[in-house]
Amino acid sequence: MQPIREERASRPPRLQGGGGGAGRAGDTVLLVASAAAAGIIVLMLVVILADALIHGAGTVTWAFLTKPPSGAMAGGVGPAIFGTAALTIVMTIAVVPVGVLTAIYLSEYASPSSTLARIVRLAVANLAGVPSIVFGLFGLGFFIQAVGRGIDRLAFGGQVTYGQPALVWAALTLSILTMPVVIVATEEALRAVPRSLRDASLALGATKFQTTFNVVVPQALGGILTGGILAVSRGAGEVAPILFTGAAFFLPELPTNLNDQFMHLGYHVYVLATQSPDVDRTKPILYGSVLVLLGLTFALNFVAVLIRARTRKGLAARA
Amino acid sequence: MSTFTQVGATSVARKAGRSASFRRKSPAWHGVAEWGIRATALLAIAAIVLIFVFILKEALPILFDTHVRGEVSLAKMWLPQAWEGGPARFSWQPASEVPKYSLMPLVVGSLKVTIVALVISAPIAILAAIYTASIAPRRVREVLKPVVELLAGVPSVVLGVFALIVVGTWLQKLFGFEHRLNAVLAGCALSMTIVPLIFTIAEDAITAVPRDYVDASLALGATKMHTILRVVVPAAIPGIAAGIVLGFGRAIGETMIVVIASGNAALLDATLGHSTRTITATIAQEMGETVHGSPHYVVLFVLGATLLAFTFVTNLGAQRIVEHFRKKRGGT
Repeated sequence: MQPIREERASRPPRLQGGGGGAGRAGDTVLLVASAAAAGIIVLMLVVILADALIHGAGTVTWAFLTKPPSGAMAGGVGPAIFGTAALTIVMTIAVVPVGVLTAIYLSEYASPSSTLARIVRLAVANLAGVPSIVFGLFGLGFFIQAVGRGIDRLAFGGQVTYGQPALVWAALTLSILTMPVVIVATEEALRAVPRSLRDASLALGATKFQTTFNVVVPQALGGILTGGILAVSRGAGEVAPILFTGAAFFLPELPTNLNDQFMHLGYHVYVLATQSPDVDRTKPILYGSVLVLLGLTFALNFVAVLIRARTRKGLAARA
Repeated sequence: MSTFTQVGATSVARKAGRSASFRRKSPAWHGVAEWGIRATALLAIAAIVLIFVFILKEALPILFDTHVRGEVSLAKMWLPQAWEGGPARFSWQPASEVPKYSLMPLVVGSLKVTIVALVISAPIAILAAIYTASIAPRRVREVLKPVVELLAGVPSVVLGVFALIVVGTWLQKLFGFEHRLNAVLAGCALSMTIVPLIFTIAEDAITAVPRDYVDASLALGATKMHTILRVVVPAAIPGIAAGIVLGFGRAIGETMIVVIASGNAALLDATLGHSTRTITATIAQEMGETVHGSPHYVVLFVLGATLLAFTFVTNLGAQRIVEHFRKKRGGT
């Protein structure tokens, strides 16, 4: 809907006094109040960013980004960045194929009245609403206790190898958490591809499969990329699901196997904020970590927003 | 035809033209691949089912296991108990000599924090949505929507730290609370994550109001603002209400902000300026210290199951609201 524009010249005479003088004042009140509310939201974002920049910029040096921490009050976040990257890479490998294929099913292959499609959509909507800590419990109860212990019994003779907090379980937990993000973004992108493209392709003799994967999906790549980036951003920022599925505060070595534990930027910030013995001395490190985490997620979200805006303009011009 | 249609169609035509016939039969593997796609879609269903099954599985011992029931039962969690011979009261102290598992302090804590968050965020989000959808010029709107998306992308740990250090100081200067970390602080921090959610849903709802309504109202002589207040917003109320319900569900389920900013004292009182403990913070902080299968472990999973059931119901409720009003209006 376009914003409402009055045309004063052609306005017909008032049938009722729609408020009269008091109405005019009410108009201004609404305008001011709603604009102020919008301003408050912008202010929230600006203040958070400014605060992180002001207090954290001094701490973030190349040494900070690459060195490990030495105690809670010195050192850097290098291993945390590495752990976050490793986690999100494994998560992306798990979530993007599944999410994109599910969205392709929902958008291209499911008939409008299909019960299966309705149930899938219901499942996705419910997944999106599950609290993040419950995902953590699921990771513990299913991946670690059931799947992990099962693998240990079958492949390692009962020795605890996978039945404990591990990179792979945290990544899989996060991949289920971010699946709705990928599915929704991909479906939106697929739906934005004009129907005429599909029709033209089929008319030229292509099969449905060829049409989908050679014509429709390439056009939707912008939206698919957006979904992937947003998923990575969530994966880097969500801490509750990894609290007891794999994250640790100080590890002597970087994670090299799927069943290693890992350090994580968000978890690092959480521990520094809640469990440091000397809050004032920890503040610089805390703010430095916050700035790195915020910078990372902000950059990812910004890129996603840009891609989405450009893809929308591109499709609008084409259609 | 546009350039891209030509490009796409040409490459397909080239592939199709490789065989002699004009329309060839799909290779067998296409059918297999298509079945693979359908099967992959099932994974989403499998995921949500597994979540329900395994959370419930780890929580069920509270009903059956004798060792667990020696310490705690559903009744003990919901009704006041005369722990250690004192008067009947609600108390959450799982680590004391006589473990006490009353849910009430946690439920009240979650509700306090959530209500504060909603009271702050609903008006701001709805007013801002009205501004963005109906009043703001296009350029302002193109800035506002990305800003809200970026705010939505701020990790909750960062919001928690921001609340802990910055907002906590502001609130102490303004109100001088008894505890620095309390329900109001947590609610304020929580609202920064709920505002984008309610804003997005409300803005969608307002944008979806048919242009005819607006045109008719203006044609009858109403002013722009009058139209917004008396025609557009009432028409969008089902969507806005659904947004508030979803915001409520999201706020109840939020963990990191409340862990950092709420004070984590399991007190049962109505004072907003006191420290408080939510259900989510309890699970987050106590899970690491429990033994698999112990009564404490089971109780934490019962908390998780309660949370899961609650958010499931709120999501369903929000959907029903939107559907009911859509039917009432006649499928617009």
